Formats: sequence, structure tokens, C-alpha cells
Amino acid sequence: MSKVRLIIGREIKSKLTNKTFIIMTFLTPLIFIGALILIFWTSMPEKIEQNILVLDETGIFSQTLRGNDFVALNFSDKKIEEAQSEFQKSNYTTIVHILKGSDGNIIPKARVFFKKNPGLAFRTYLKNELERIYYEQKLKANNIDPTIIASAHQTVEIELTKVDENGNVKNSDSVQLFSFAMGLIMMLFILLYGMMVFRSVMEEKTSRIVEVIVSSVRPFQLMIGKIIGIAIVGIIQFTVTAIITSVLAMVLSNIFMKDMLDMKTKFDSQNQMVMKMGTNANLAVVDDFKDNQKMFEALDQLSQINFAEVAIYFVLFFIGGYLFYSSLLAAIGSAVDSESDSQQFMFPVMVPLMIGYFLAIKIMISPESNAVIIGSFVPFTSPIVMMARLPQGVPTWQVLVSLGILYISFIGTVWLAGKIYRTGILMYGKKTSWREILKWLRY
Amino acid sequence: MSHILNIKEVSKNYSSNKALNNITIDIPRQSIFGLLGPNGAGKTSLIRIINQITGPDTGTIIFNGEKLSQKHIEKIGYLPEERGLYKKMAVGEQTLYLARLKGLSKEEAKKRLLYWFEKFEMQGWWKKKIEELSKGMQQKVQFIVTVLHEPELLILDEPFSGFDPINAQLIKNEILELRKKGSTVIFSTHNMGSVEELCDNIALINKAEKILDGSVKEIRKTFRTNTYKVSFKGNIIGFTNALWTGAEILDKQTEEDVHTITVKLLNNVTSSQMLQAVLPNCEIVSFAEIIPSMNDIFIQKVSEGNMIAGTKSNYTE
Repeated sequence: MSKVRLIIGREIKSKLTNKTFIIMTFLTPLIFIGALILIFWTSMPEKIEQNILVLDETGIFSQTLRGNDFVALNFSDKKIEEAQSEFQKSNYTTIVHILKGSDGNIIPKARVFFKKNPGLAFRTYLKNELERIYYEQKLKANNIDPTIIASAHQTVEIELTKVDENGNVKNSDSVQLFSFAMGLIMMLFILLYGMMVFRSVMEEKTSRIVEVIVSSVRPFQLMIGKIIGIAIVGIIQFTVTAIITSVLAMVLSNIFMKDMLDMKTKFDSQNQMVMKMGTNANLAVVDDFKDNQKMFEALDQLSQINFAEVAIYFVLFFIGGYLFYSSLLAAIGSAVDSESDSQQFMFPVMVPLMIGYFLAIKIMISPESNAVIIGSFVPFTSPIVMMARLPQGVPTWQVLVSLGILYISFIGTVWLAGKIYRTGILMYGKKTSWREILKWLRY
Repeated sequence: MSHILNIKEVSKNYSSNKALNNITIDIPRQSIFGLLGPNGAGKTSLIRIINQITGPDTGTIIFNGEKLSQKHIEKIGYLPEERGLYKKMAVGEQTLYLARLKGLSKEEAKKRLLYWFEKFEMQGWWKKKIEELSKGMQQKVQFIVTVLHEPELLILDEPFSGFDPINAQLIKNEILELRKKGSTVIFSTHNMGSVEELCDNIALINKAEKILDGSVKEIRKTFRTNTYKVSFKGNIIGFTNALWTGAEILDKQTEEDVHTITVKLLNNVTSSQMLQAVLPNCEIVSFAEIIPSMNDIFIQKVSEGNMIAGTKSNYTE
């Protein structure tokens, strides 16, 4: 047993002192957070301050079109030619020219002249505002109350609630996205550390040190030491990455929290306004309110997930799935002389992982289909599929049975792998075939 | 107990392939034992069984009078033919790790390593990675790893390959030193010169079968062909006439006034009878028996075996 401990120790040390490994451990959270910031930042409205000269030929917008914190509007009756000739010298950033339609009613287009391109956000804002104002004007002109139309435009929200033994779990798109993400992360983790075992086995074989080592320890001890060592490396790396990520996230959320709080205050005031005014509320405010409502509801539903439980099961399924796959990959690593020879053996290992991934996608479409349920028990796919099912609420007995099957199957794969491994590591020169490997099982 | 290792009727098959067939070998304690045979004869299979890397299909191995088991691993040191170390690992760390796998404590291993590093003049290597060392230097590291735990039985597969003559001599001296201290060495090689120089006993394996074993001296004696090399001054015809039918002349050479003749004695003629016969006719300069080299014996036995195998396969056809 102490020899296995030595092997585990060496495996951990050799990985933890590897430069690329250290760099990746610290870089991954940075890349992760960086990507998040990038997504957040690009989805934020552009805060380019605009000082806009509006030439409204129709005359219907001067009273109703309003700017916002970033957009200052100045209405003028100037001719467009005049405004254009003065534009470069003026402090306006943009000219919006709203053309009257040929019959006086239809707005064919608004033209925007700019020094710097105001971008898509501004265009969308302008288009939406003009269309909305025109729409409301038109209704009023025909004596139709816009709020009646608005109230007729109610979207019907479908709220999914699963009733399980622990009480109710609300399902929503965001929960489904979260569960798919869990399945995906599980697959990547199993693959990442499984391949680490594969490479480590192959390195020992190709450097030929393995013959020296197996004259001191049993091949099975070497293999199991390696698998456990890399599992510990994985847990260490996972923990370090998680800590760095959460520290970074905390620092960054302090920076960005202001925006979130602003939105929340805005949302709350909108909420009050909608409550107070009922159907008399401004349409724009109602729309905005609904968008925000969706977002905060999604956050609310996500917060209903028991993250501690999900985290514990994630670790249990990761260990089980990793042990299951890494022993198979260790056997493959022992059977080949080089990575390029490994393709034909990799295939049958990769296929079930891919199936697990597709089932995780299927969970978003039909979460309780037979394929998904079966997939969450078959050990080849269960870590991925069960993980993806978990956030949506799964009876505890199912989770435990799935875990049980996974760990018992691991004993089977590691036994099988041990038999292949002890012969494979000492086979050199000839290209290994499936038939050959089946023979080794009988040695 | 005179034997450290008894290999008893060991057989090993790899599916249809016979690697070892009913091999029985006894290895005397504190000797150097040559395990010889052409490539693919089954030597590596046997060595792996002794190292408990694989097990025999049938037969037993007795180590120090006990059935070979895991606890004997620490008493065996193995230098495989295909050398290998962790390329990216530092020399010190690596040797320490391998020594501890053989059951040494960290402190003891370090103490012994420092002794060997000094002996082989490698003090500055501790922090170097294996890939930074030359092939010969790597071989030295590997040799130290093999002997560090002072094994009772040392198995060396082609130990001199990769060494320059100076380092080969260094290793040779170490092997003799180890035997003096009580170790037994199993020595597998194709270099018959070093077999004659070092080995006390040998076993020759061919096509999974043991075809010859015994002490090197005895074997060479039994393969004697009663052939002598005689150098003399005088009349060559007088010399050959004197021999008459008692001998067959295999080779004749003349350098200035010295003739050298290789003769094979026939009809139970002894060497002294021959000398008595020729002495009146010439002046003997030197006289020596030609004892066949291990190389000759190896080639003779292996090709005999192959011929038999050849006729056998002819029969089956």
C-alpha cells in the first residue's frame, strides 16, 4: 500500500511542478472570467454620449421623442442642406433627418448622418422609438386608447413547476441551460483528466521506465496509483480554479454590481409604477418592465436550485465517471506505442461520451424522455446525463442507484483494464489490434 | 543452501507461442550466472518471471529456499535491456523514488545515493533532468538504481551496451565487487567475451528449451576437441612424419624459421605422447591446447538445435 502511495505522490508532484499545468490552472479562471466580462460588456448598451440634431419634417416627434441619459436631442426646423453644411463645425455628433412620406402619413425613412458611427444599439433605439411613437399617434388619431391595445397584447407566460417528493422545483429556460452546462462541464472534466492518465501511461511505456517499475510493484498497483494520483491532481486543480474564479468574480461583481443595483432599483420603481398606474402606464415602460421581470425571475428560479447538493453530486459523479473512463484510457495507453496508433481504440471511448453530450442537449427539449432516463443509469453516460438532469429535480433514489451502478461498473472496468495494462505495457514493436487485446485478457 | 534460485520445470505460453518449455535451472549463490541464447529464445520471458512481472504457466521458482513471492521483490535488482528513466524528472528525485519503490527508507536511500554519486563522480547531477544527460551518463544512473538496495540477486540484461570501454570496465569491476560482497548476478548477454571473463556458470536457451548448462570451465572442457597449437623450429616434414597416424593437421603456418601447426590428436593419443614423438625431430617453442571459446560453443549448439528443428519441421511437412 505504501508503494501505491509513493506512486500517487510522484504522479501528483510531477503534474503540479509542470509549468504548463501551473500556467493553465491560473490562466483558465482568467480566460473564463475574461470571456464572461466580454459577453457582459458587449451586451451592455453602448454608453456613447450623443448630441443629436433632429430635423423632423413630419412634426409628430418633437413632442414625443425623448432622449435618455446618453442621448440628448435638439429639434430644429433647419433645412437639411443647411444643417449638413454646418455639421462639421457644430458640436452635434449626429443628425437625424426624419423624412415626410409622399402622402403625408407614411414615414418612409429616417436618415442618420454622423461623424462617428453611433452603432447598432443607437439604430435599434431610434427605430423602436420612431415606430412606437408613430403607432401610438396613429391610434390616438383614430380615437383608440393605446393602453387597450397594449393590454390586448399580453403574452401568456407558461410557468413550469415539477412536483417532486421534496416539494416543488420550478423549471425554466435558465435552469435547463444551467443543467446542460453541468453535463457539458462533466464531460470536459472526464475527458481532460482521463486523457491525462492516458498520456502518463504512454509516457512510461515509451520511455521504457515501466519495466523497471513493474519489477518493484505490481502493474495493477502502478495503474491504480496513477489513476488516484491524477484524480487528486484534478480535485486540486478544480479547487484552485474555483477559488480563483470566485475571488475574481467577487472583485469584478463589486465593480459591476453598481449596474446591477441600478437595474434592480429601476426595476423596482417600474414595478411600483406598473402597479399604481395599471393599464395607463406608458407602453415603453411596460415593455422594459417585462424584460427586466423575466431576467429577475430567471435569477430567482436559478436560486431555487440547491447548489450545495448539485456540487456534492458533481464531485461524486466526477470521481465515478473519471475512474470509469480513466481506467479504460489507461488500458488503451498501455496497448499503443504512440498517440497516432491510439485512434482506433479511442473511438469506442469517445462515442459514449458524445452520446452523453447529445442526451444532455436532449434534456433541454424533452427532459423526461426514455432515452434520457436510461442514459442517466448506464455508466458510460450516467455522469453526464444524470448531472444534466439533477438541477431539474430527480428523485434521490434514482441518483443513488445511478451512482451505485457507476461505482460498481468501475470495479469491472478497472479489473478489465488491469489485465490489458499488465500485458500491454511490456508489448513493443507490433501494432496492437483488437484481437490481440482480447487475447491479453486471457493471459 | 548453495543455490539462491531454483527454477523448476517452468513453462510459459503466449497463446499459441511457446516462450519457455519446461526449463529447469539452478543458480548457485554468490556466483555470476550467464543466461545465454539467441534473440527470441525466451531469456526475457524467464527474466520477467523471476522478477514477478509475469507468472509462469506451470513450474515453480524457489528463492532462498522459499517459493518466490512479492516480499522477494526487494531482494532482486533488475537492469532491463531497454533502459528507461523519466526524461523530465531530476536525477536525484528519480533515483530516490525508484529506491523507495524497492523498499528503502527516504533517509537510507539518500545516504546510499550520495555514496554512489561520489563513487561514480556524478555529484553535480542531482538536480539535472535525465534528458540533459548523455546516454552513457543515463546508463550510470540506471545502474545505480539497480544496485542501490543491495539486492541479493542482480539481474543484468546486456549491462555493457551503451558504455564506452572505460565505463564498461568500471561497471565490470562493480559487478565483481558485488559478487565479492555476497550478491549473485544473472547476466544476460550476447557478448561471449564477457561471459568467459565474468561468468562462473551458464545456461543456454534456444527456442524455449534449455540446451546446455553448467560451469563455464566444465563446459569448455567437455567441448575440447583434443586440439593443440605447437610452434617449433626445425624440419616440418620430420615433425609430421613423427606424428604419423596419431594426429590430423588442421593448419600450418610458417613465420621466418618458426612453424606453427594446429593438430587434432586422434586414437586416444595424449599430448605427452605426441610431444615425445616429435621432440627428437625439432625444437619446441611453444605448446598450448586450443579450448573452444564460448562463442564457438554457442554457435555450435544453437545451429545444431536449429538443424534438428529444421528436420522436425520437414517431417511434419
